[in-house]
Amino acid sequence: MIRIEQVSLQYGAAEILKNVSLTIPKGGVTALIGPNGAGKSSLLSLISRLQSLQAGSITIDDLPVDTTPSREMAKKIAILRQDNQVGSRLTVKELVGFGRFPHNRGHVTQADADMVGEALKLFDLTDLAGRFLETLSGGQRQRALVAMAFCQDTDYLLLDEPLNNLDMYFSRELMRLLRWIADERGKTIVTVLHDINYGGGFSDRIIAMKHGQVVADGPPRELVTTETLRLIYGFDIPVTLIDGQPVALPFTK
Amino acid sequence: MHNRGLIILALSALACIVCFMTLGLRGNLAFVLELRLVRLAALVEVGIAIAISTVVFQTVTANRILTPSIMGIDALYVFGQILLVFLFGGLAYATLDARLKFFGEIVLLMTMACGLILPMLRARWDTGLMLLCGVVVGVLFRSLHSLLARLIDPNDYAVVQTGSFVNFNDVETDLVLIASLLTAAALAGIWRARHILDIVALGRDAAIGLGIEWRKTQIACLLLVCALVAVSTTLVGPVAFLGLLLVALSERIVKTRRHAVLIPATALVSIIVLVGGQTLFQHGLGNSSTLGVVIEFAGGVVFLILLWRGSRT
Repeated sequence: MIRIEQVSLQYGAAEILKNVSLTIPKGGVTALIGPNGAGKSSLLSLISRLQSLQAGSITIDDLPVDTTPSREMAKKIAILRQDNQVGSRLTVKELVGFGRFPHNRGHVTQADADMVGEALKLFDLTDLAGRFLETLSGGQRQRALVAMAFCQDTDYLLLDEPLNNLDMYFSRELMRLLRWIADERGKTIVTVLHDINYGGGFSDRIIAMKHGQVVADGPPRELVTTETLRLIYGFDIPVTLIDGQPVALPFTK
Repeated sequence: MHNRGLIILALSALACIVCFMTLGLRGNLAFVLELRLVRLAALVEVGIAIAISTVVFQTVTANRILTPSIMGIDALYVFGQILLVFLFGGLAYATLDARLKFFGEIVLLMTMACGLILPMLRARWDTGLMLLCGVVVGVLFRSLHSLLARLIDPNDYAVVQTGSFVNFNDVETDLVLIASLLTAAALAGIWRARHILDIVALGRDAAIGLGIEWRKTQIACLLLVCALVAVSTTLVGPVAFLGLLLVALSERIVKTRRHAVLIPATALVSIIVLVGGQTLFQHGLGNSSTLGVVIEFAGGVVFLILLWRGSRT
């Protein structure tokens, strides 16, 4: 369980997060939505210890994120950031293999190789395995990065806008994979999404943030309504039910 | 070692060493060989120290253009030398126990360089800004150096002068043993950390995500770099672009940035360039030019090419 208690974050005078408290139980897919600058990415950075806590506390399975050794945390939680710039010249396979680092510290075993092979297959990267990252398209690179996070094989997987750069086919594939990882492997997935309909289709719970606070929280059917979306985004979005799934349609003029 | 480039490099390095030791042997063999052996050790060690410190520095600062010397770390070291003379006088400086002085300087260099570079890394400056700052820092310490040089007694200045210019012909041999031990220890430490360095090269966020204690690793790497820079600067004086040249060359040859391959490759290339180059100049070109000048020229050209390429992407 991820337990966030009274977390606040400030950059100078700007308040990014205001007294946020949340618990995310083990298992399932949780979508984090909200307008730009709502503090979603900052919250993920704090949970994944990329940023140090200023106020409040965050624990994962009762381990405080700020004092637990980084090495131990890396076996608990994996993070995919929004702006993943990989500095060095690597092949897809090498990058995905780095996901095993917290477990093998660089000494690759057969089990690691199997896991990497599985990840490459799952994320449809087998044909690209030997390619250098800089020769890939944005979407292919994104898939390689998610595959690396998957290879880390942690109980918790945080993703910051994983659908960035992905076309419709791979967006759906990735969401289906995340769903499968949560259901079949019992992992807990928290992902920032911008397209609320992916949240509606694939998540168990949607948490909406605005101005550094949680403004709505619940299962998709309760949350994806015209009233709630107005509260979050500030304009009227028609919502229809298709096969029992609420679909927001912000496409009218 | 499955890399063909690495094997070729190893053989070439060996050939260079053999040539260096055997070409033009005359007179008392035992004496000549001993003399050459000490110089060989010094050259190899300087090469390795510069090569490895550059690799680690580039990894930890996440770019290919900066090297410790471009960031002015060796200018800092040379300034420290003349400061000592200024404060205590040439006689005291010359009579100071060489080893004690050496260690004192290393510790001083480590603290000053960390105080200088860590804040830049913390603030996540981009390459351009770091480069600019490095140049400014370098100029600052070189200027302070020449200021002090004008202030002190000319006799005192003669004492520090030898340490202020690069010279591969006249290596400070009395510190070779202790410097060797230091370099070997640093090399062993870096070799053990080669997998960690691969992760560090991914950048801060990815590295923390994979369980690296970022701050500790960063500081440890910088301290190590400083120690190695001090070793090479003590032995041959400040070199500006050699490290850059060595690493860029090795990367072209082994075509990877994995440290398990890059570290030995850079070390071998450094041996080829320094030992091979020195042999060539002594026996082939009759000492008509100096290796230091040629290396710096080639390194400077590589630096410009890298800058030019980087500015276009």
